[in-house]
Amino acid sequence: MLAPVAEAYFGERELTGLLTESAGRWPGFAAELTEATGADIGYRTEGTLMVGLTADDLAEARRLWAYQQGLGLPVTPLRPSQLREREPALAPRVRGGALAATDHQVDPRRLVPALRVAAERAGAVLVPEPVRQLSEVTAGATVVAAGCGAAALTGLPVRPVKGQVLRLRAPGGGPPGFRHVIRGYADGEHVYLVPRDSGEVVVGATVEERSDVDVSAGAVLRLLRAAVDLLPELAEYDLVETVAGLRPGTPDNAPILGPLPDRPGVLAATGHHRHGIVLTPVTADLIAGLITGEGTTEPLLAPFRPDRFHTHSAGAEQSREDDAWN
Amino acid sequence: MSVVDVESTEFELGGLRFGSRLILGTGGAANLHVLEQAIRASGTELVTLALRRVDTVPGGSGGLLDLLDRCGVRLLPNTAGCYTAGEAVKVAQLARDAFDTDWVKLEVIGDERTLLPDGVELLRAAEELVAEGFTVLPYTSDDPILARRLADVGCAAVMPAGSPIGSGLGVSNPHHIRLIRQSVDVPVILDAGIGTASDAALAMELGCDAVLLASAVTRAADPVVMATAMRHAIAAGRLASVAGRIPRRFHALPSTPEEGRPDL
Repeated sequence: MLAPVAEAYFGERELTGLLTESAGRWPGFAAELTEATGADIGYRTEGTLMVGLTADDLAEARRLWAYQQGLGLPVTPLRPSQLREREPALAPRVRGGALAATDHQVDPRRLVPALRVAAERAGAVLVPEPVRQLSEVTAGATVVAAGCGAAALTGLPVRPVKGQVLRLRAPGGGPPGFRHVIRGYADGEHVYLVPRDSGEVVVGATVEERSDVDVSAGAVLRLLRAAVDLLPELAEYDLVETVAGLRPGTPDNAPILGPLPDRPGVLAATGHHRHGIVLTPVTADLIAGLITGEGTTEPLLAPFRPDRFHTHSAGAEQSREDDAWN
Repeated sequence: MSVVDVESTEFELGGLRFGSRLILGTGGAANLHVLEQAIRASGTELVTLALRRVDTVPGGSGGLLDLLDRCGVRLLPNTAGCYTAGEAVKVAQLARDAFDTDWVKLEVIGDERTLLPDGVELLRAAEELVAEGFTVLPYTSDDPILARRLADVGCAAVMPAGSPIGSGLGVSNPHHIRLIRQSVDVPVILDAGIGTASDAALAMELGCDAVLLASAVTRAADPVVMATAMRHAIAAGRLASVAGRIPRRFHALPSTPEEGRPDL
């Protein structure tokens, strides 16, 4: 999902700004990648429908849409009949929704191999060996893009945030019976449904403060129940995959981009949490700019620099000291 | 004239003294940095978290347990998500080993839709855990009889729901909360249903000793400001409760009486 609008949340304006900037770069990035590799990366522009099942769900969703509209983001509320004109497969019980027309999608499982091919065609050499310490690497510039592994390599506050995801497949080998990405609340449960041309539907995702990658029965139950509540025909689909992964989370949910303060020549490009795919173009551009020296003063970087966490912890110590005096 | 300093009015729970009458839950927080600021702004000294929601080994990588450790708050593990007494007892035992505390916020839920407590299972689990030496803080309904039974089996406090978890409906049966306050000798902590500051103030005015809340802060548009509001609301409600409110009247009563007016 490339969802800067649907993912815009209270208190995260700087992150929303970066997501929006990167989503804007996606059409050009996708075209360039397809031109370089000939690969179809599943870039689709039907947009995202945000829906609420019950009155409680709709109230929750509307509160967020109002916030997103307040930021000037394109959120268009739709009446139930308008929703069903766009997606007839939606459950008749769905109370209402809104369209985020600029929230597109791409298939990460096609994107990553395409990026690898493009990199190799551009002269990159892949050395498939694990790096356990940065001192093992001899290079003019080192970019730590190791996801959750960045914590051990750099000491940056990157923690695993577990997410469980299901994959369904439409029966009969055809495409799924809906075209938009659908994100919704169903009886308090948040779920997203991503249709792929291949017939696959991605159902996600839990957000858990855990570091195991076990798939739990309860999570599968909750995801499926919410999915089928919103799109009843999904009950007839094949359940082809259940999987858990670890997002690299940071204290403020925003990525860490830029030079490490105490390690010359080492740059961080990590902590992308839920937003790794949408942030791919802007991360690549910003980090490349830092390495070539053409983008060292790029204002986009300012809120995301690695040293921002030093400031936070110093602030925390300061306030503890204040408490002691008060 | 006496001045009641609410900050110095300590609150005793399970044999420990707390300087804050606000207990905070962590569920629903979208952002750990904001959660940390909210915990500090609330002034809380006791934070509850679900054993099932976290890795029990502090990771040293900026996770929830590191954050709570940094804030210097005491951990109160809870048994959220349990439906039977047996399950809740098992989770409490796991939490004791994992967090090195015999305190437990006991939750035994009867229904996924309302998340209201199952009184029968709750009482069984409470009796078992008290016998095992736990300091048991049960999340219960606003039923005064059940609250008294929980106190009778040795719970260190009773924690009646103001209204269903996460509903933000406030204190839906104030009279029962007051009845509970009068029917038990242990602290009464209003737990669940708080939506905004006036709900928390009302709970304190009804005579509760403390308030436990989570979503009202974690899901607010600005959790840090709402945490500050709750700190003030609980202090204000406590002060009002100590001060003694005037009785409600059907008709007006002039604050300036006729007698003794200057004859101009």
